[in-house]
Amino acid sequence: MTLRHVADPDKRNEAIEPSSLVAHFGADEPLALESGERLGPWSIAYQAYGQLNADKSNAILLCHALTGDQHVANINPVTGKSGWWETMVGPGKPYDTDRFFIICSNVLGSCLGTTGPASLDPATGKPYALTFPVVTIRDMVNAQAKLVDRLGIETLFCVAGGSMGGMQVLEWAASHSERVFSAMPIATAAKHTAQNIAFHEVGRQAVMADPDWHSGRYLDEGTRPEKGLAVARMAAHITYLSEQALHRKFGRNFQDRSAPTFSFDADFEVESYLRYQGRAFVERFDANSYLFLTRAMDYFDLAKEHDSVLARAFIGSRTRFCIMSFTSDWLFPTRDSRAIVHALNAAGASVSFVEIETDKGHDAFLLDVPELLDTTRGFIDSAARARGLAVPARRAVP
Amino acid sequence: MSPLEMNADAAFARVDLLNLVSMVEPGSRVLDVGCGDGSLLRLLAEKRGVDARGIELSQSGVNLCVAKGLSVIQGDADTDLVYYPDGSFDYVILSQTLQAMRQPRVVMEHMLRIGRRAIVSFPNFGHWKIRLQLLATGRMPVTKNLSYSWYETPNIHFCTIKDFIALVDEMDAEIEQASALDRFGRPVEMTLPRQMWNLFGEQAVFVLSGK
Repeated sequence: MTLRHVADPDKRNEAIEPSSLVAHFGADEPLALESGERLGPWSIAYQAYGQLNADKSNAILLCHALTGDQHVANINPVTGKSGWWETMVGPGKPYDTDRFFIICSNVLGSCLGTTGPASLDPATGKPYALTFPVVTIRDMVNAQAKLVDRLGIETLFCVAGGSMGGMQVLEWAASHSERVFSAMPIATAAKHTAQNIAFHEVGRQAVMADPDWHSGRYLDEGTRPEKGLAVARMAAHITYLSEQALHRKFGRNFQDRSAPTFSFDADFEVESYLRYQGRAFVERFDANSYLFLTRAMDYFDLAKEHDSVLARAFIGSRTRFCIMSFTSDWLFPTRDSRAIVHALNAAGASVSFVEIETDKGHDAFLLDVPELLDTTRGFIDSAARARGLAVPARRAVP
Repeated sequence: MSPLEMNADAAFARVDLLNLVSMVEPGSRVLDVGCGDGSLLRLLAEKRGVDARGIELSQSGVNLCVAKGLSVIQGDADTDLVYYPDGSFDYVILSQTLQAMRQPRVVMEHMLRIGRRAIVSFPNFGHWKIRLQLLATGRMPVTKNLSYSWYETPNIHFCTIKDFIALVDEMDAEIEQASALDRFGRPVEMTLPRQMWNLFGEQAVFVLSGK
């Protein structure tokens, strides 16, 4: 089934009434969270592309990043823009919708239809806001696993994603190893670093400092902490780029002027660009979701319950891994990926690893980077062969 | 280079690799250090049904390997072997790469630690043509197989077959199998006694084990 949506001019509330497919789980099927709380009823919104084959062996689960969503390869109903991974997903693309059944769900705690702080709490009829339980990467993955169960899929052919999506891939591979035939954690880490937690805290404090946040109750008050969330996004956006990319794109160029105005206007192109990024973000994302999801990333430390020995998280794993990092990514630098590779080696797992040369920073995993596409294609096709799935002859091994 | 020469080179490469493949027991676990485009790993998987893994420095090499479905990681043998646990492979292979290592001895020690056996192949700097070139011209030898000038060569630690055997002795490792190859990739032991290998072997292949 292929779903196509057009941007809704009436700005339908995608958090409560998503235009995606939704799997509902009643109060009798609560989600047991890592914090000990139980969430229910709950829902998970998802998009699906391509056809599930008869023996259900061709399903790929794509995991989105912090502010991503399930609209991976269709027009986004909120922004009206293309899906976030259209370079990778589609007919004849590396994640080939002609051959694979591709699922992407909105993560738990987000705001595009899966239960999150903007969803209505059945107990009060009001948005959860900060009464929403703090969720973790593992909770997100467990929610996805319930969806995969409901779709009747036992083993996923591949689980793939970048950044926070990559964390979910690692969690899948560690805690549902037998259900993951191949895994592609991209531009990610097995634990969030102190520096990354620090950046997240700046973002959260910016949101909370906005008077329109109203201790999280802004939806009841009819306001939105737009300024705070925009600042959070601006700070975060810098971490997604690289010094070289900023220089290449903007340098010290002035915005629509030839000299400084001796004011605090956005004189520089880079300022104007960041302000635009901030504004665009608040129109599509819920501020409380931003708090909860950044928290989930902060808490991620896959090795922790294995006495801080990451290799133990993967012992006995028969999953085929392909790990990629980017040279100019300083948010999830190559050494984070190498740590995963070394752990997988130590666990005797099958692992491929490529560091891709680019100046595009962390965002490279979302962009049209030829080596990213080629490596993915090569890995997926060879894994498909190993899984007994058809591979087009034109892409026979050279 | 004429097509004929190219074929001869390809044939040599093939014979060299097939020679290595023949030394590996079917169904074993193999790590190829410096696996290039994955040709050897692929032959090992096809001919011997081995669980083949690799490490390769160049991104282009890794990409070619991954596209072939091989489990290869981008990494540096000089720094990354330390992360492999003891005895995790049946064979660790270093094919034509020993001379490019910063620390050949350390690399070989890791190979013997990680694998039950280590297979090392290398160009023999003791070959008579190389000796003759140095003697006759007084300049660093440049041959068809070793085509770099001294200032740009990645081959920073050349050795002769005798040197290699001395190092193996020093490391207290055991030579289980040895072979020297002529310029066509044919084993010279068919026609020459072992003492002559250092003079007439262009390449050498050793299978080692720890004691």
